[in-house]
Amino acid sequence: MVPRAEFESYYGRPVIKAPAWAARDIAGYFFLGGLAGAGSVLAAGAHLTGRGTTATAMKVSSLAAVSLSAAALINDLGRPDRFANMLRVFKPTSPMSVGSWLLSLYGPTAGAAAASAVTGRLPRVGAAATGAAAFLGPAVAAYTGVLAADTAVPAWHGAHRELPHLFTASATAAAAGMALVVGPTCENAPARWAGGLAALAETAVTEAAERRLGTVAETYREGRAGVLLRTARALTVAGALGGAVLGGRCRAGAALSGLALLTGSACTRFGIFAAGIASAEDPRYTVVPQRERVERRQQGAGASGA
Amino acid sequence: MSEERVGFFTDTSVCIGCKACEVACKEWNAIPEDGLSLTGMSYDNTQALGASTWRHVAFIEQPTPEGRTQLPLAEGDSGADSGMRWLMSSDVCKHCTHAACLDVCPTGSLFRTEFGTVVVQEDICNGCGYCVPACPYGVIEQRPADGRAFKCTMCYDRLGVGQEPACAKACPTESIQFGPLDELRERAALRVDQLHETGVTEAHLYGDDPEDGVGGDGAFFLLLDKPEVYGLPPDPVVTTRDLPTMWKHAGAAALSLLGGVALSFALAGKGRR
Ligand code: SF4
Ligand code: SF4
Ligand code: SF4
Repeated sequence: MVPRAEFESYYGRPVIKAPAWAARDIAGYFFLGGLAGAGSVLAAGAHLTGRGTTATAMKVSSLAAVSLSAAALINDLGRPDRFANMLRVFKPTSPMSVGSWLLSLYGPTAGAAAASAVTGRLPRVGAAATGAAAFLGPAVAAYTGVLAADTAVPAWHGAHRELPHLFTASATAAAAGMALVVGPTCENAPARWAGGLAALAETAVTEAAERRLGTVAETYREGRAGVLLRTARALTVAGALGGAVLGGRCRAGAALSGLALLTGSACTRFGIFAAGIASAEDPRYTVVPQRERVERRQQGAGASGA
Repeated sequence: MSEERVGFFTDTSVCIGCKACEVACKEWNAIPEDGLSLTGMSYDNTQALGASTWRHVAFIEQPTPEGRTQLPLAEGDSGADSGMRWLMSSDVCKHCTHAACLDVCPTGSLFRTEFGTVVVQEDICNGCGYCVPACPYGVIEQRPADGRAFKCTMCYDRLGVGQEPACAKACPTESIQFGPLDELRERAALRVDQLHETGVTEAHLYGDDPEDGVGGDGAFFLLLDKPEVYGLPPDPVVTTRDLPTMWKHAGAAALSLLGGVALSFALAGKGRR
C-alpha cells in the first residue's frame, strides 16, 4: 500500500464547508431527474416504433419523476416560499439557474406528453411534446453532473469531466429499469439493450473518474459511499445481465432486473453524494491535492530558472 | 465598480489574538449568538468562519522554527526560549476577484458592490445553499434556523457613509488594515521586506497575487507558516474556471444518451419488438 501523504491542517478541521443539502432531497433529485430525462428518450423511441404500452407508461413515469424531483428541490431550500426567485435571473455561470430554467421548460413538456398519451386527446400535440421532451430530457439528466462538479468539493470537482457522463449513464440505467418494470416483455428489447450499454458505460466512467481523482478516490471506496457504490455496481451489472438473459421471456425476471437497475442507479447517486460530503469534511482531500499542485509549480519554476 | 476597490490587508505578525474584531463584527452587524462552547483544542472557541461568525481568530501553538531567537517582551523577562510560539490570525471572507459563491448563486442574491466587494442580499436569498460548497475557503454558510446564507459584507453600510469596517476600526494593533487594495498591496510588500530583513524569513503574503486561482483576494494576509496551518487552502481555484469544460462534457454526455438509446432501438430491431 502507498503510505498516506502527510499534510498539515488547522486542528484537523475542514477547509471548505460541505453542502447542508439533505441526501434524500438532493441525491434523490439527481436520481429522479435522471430517471425522468432518460425516460423521455425511451418513451419517444417506443412511441416512434409502435411500442405503445411502454411509451405511455414511460411518459407517465417521467412526469411523476420530474414532479417529485422538483418537490425535493423546493423542499431542500432554506426558504421554500422563495422558490420562484430561482427564475428571477438567468445565469449561465450558475448550473442551478440553468437547471431551473431547463426544468421549467422540460416539466410542462413531459406533462403534455403524458397527458396526451393517457387521455388519447390531441395526438399531434402529444407527439410534438414527446419529441421535445426527448431533446430536453438528456440535458436534464446531464446538467446535474455539472451542478455537483461546479463546487469546491474535491470528490465532485476533481471528477468534473467524468461526472456528467456518469450521471447520464446512471440515468439511462434507471430509465431502462423502469421500462423493464412497466413495459410488456414483447416490447422491452430496446430497454434491455439500453440497460446493458448503460451498465458498461457507468463502469467505465466510474473507473476513469477514480483514476483521475488519485488520493481523493478513497472517498469513493471507503465508508458509506464505498458501500453504496459497491452495491450500485453489483445491482447495475446484475440488472443488466438479468434483463439480457431473462427480460425478454419472463415477466417476473424482467421486473426484477428492472428493479435492480433502478435501485442501482439510486445507489450510484447517493454514493456519489456521500463521497462528496466525506471529501469536504476531511481537510486531507482539500489540502493534499492543492499542496501537490503548488509543489509541482515550484519545481517547474525551479527547473526553468536553473 | 464606481468606487475604488477596497479591501483588507491582515498582517498576522502583529495580531495579539484579542478577538476585538470578532466582537466588533458581531456587535455592529447584530449577528446572533451561535454557541458558547469550549473546544479544548486551543484558545480558539470560535472554531471557524460561518453564518454567524464573519471574523474568526485562529490560534496555533507550535514549536518555534529553527534559528529564531525570541526577544524579551517586558523588562525583567529573561527572554528564555520556551521553544514554543503562538501564531494568531484573524480570518475573514476574501471578497475574491473571481468569487465562486457569486458565480453559482442562481437567484442573483450575491452581487458585486461598487466597492468591489461581494455581498448577499438577504431579501432575495432563497437558501438554496449552492454558494456554501462553492466557496474554496469555506466562508459562507446557511444559518440553520433561518435557512438563508450569510457572510461578511465588508460592512457595506459603513463603507457607504465613508466609514471603515468595524473590525478594522476595533483592531488595536493594526493587524487588520483597511483601504484601497492597490495601496494595501504596496504596503504589504514593504512589510514583508522589513520582516525578511529582521530575520523573519518565513513571512509571506497569501492571496495578494492577481494571477492566482481566484484572481487575487480582496482580503489578503501576511502569514508566518503554510496557509493550511491556519486552515486556509494552499492553492484555491474558483470552481467556475472549469465550467466551460463541464458544459462541454455535459453536452457530449447528453448526446451520448440520445445516441445510446437510439442504438438500443436499432439493435432491438423493429420487427422483433
Ligand atoms: S471567500 Fe468565499 S464567500 Fe468570500 S467572496 Fe470568495 S467565494 Fe465568496
Ligand atoms: S443560498 Fe442564497 S446566496 Fe447562496 S447561492 Fe443560494 S440564493 Fe444565492
Ligand atoms: S468587514 Fe464588517 S462584516 Fe466583515 S468581518 Fe469586518 S466587521 Fe464583520
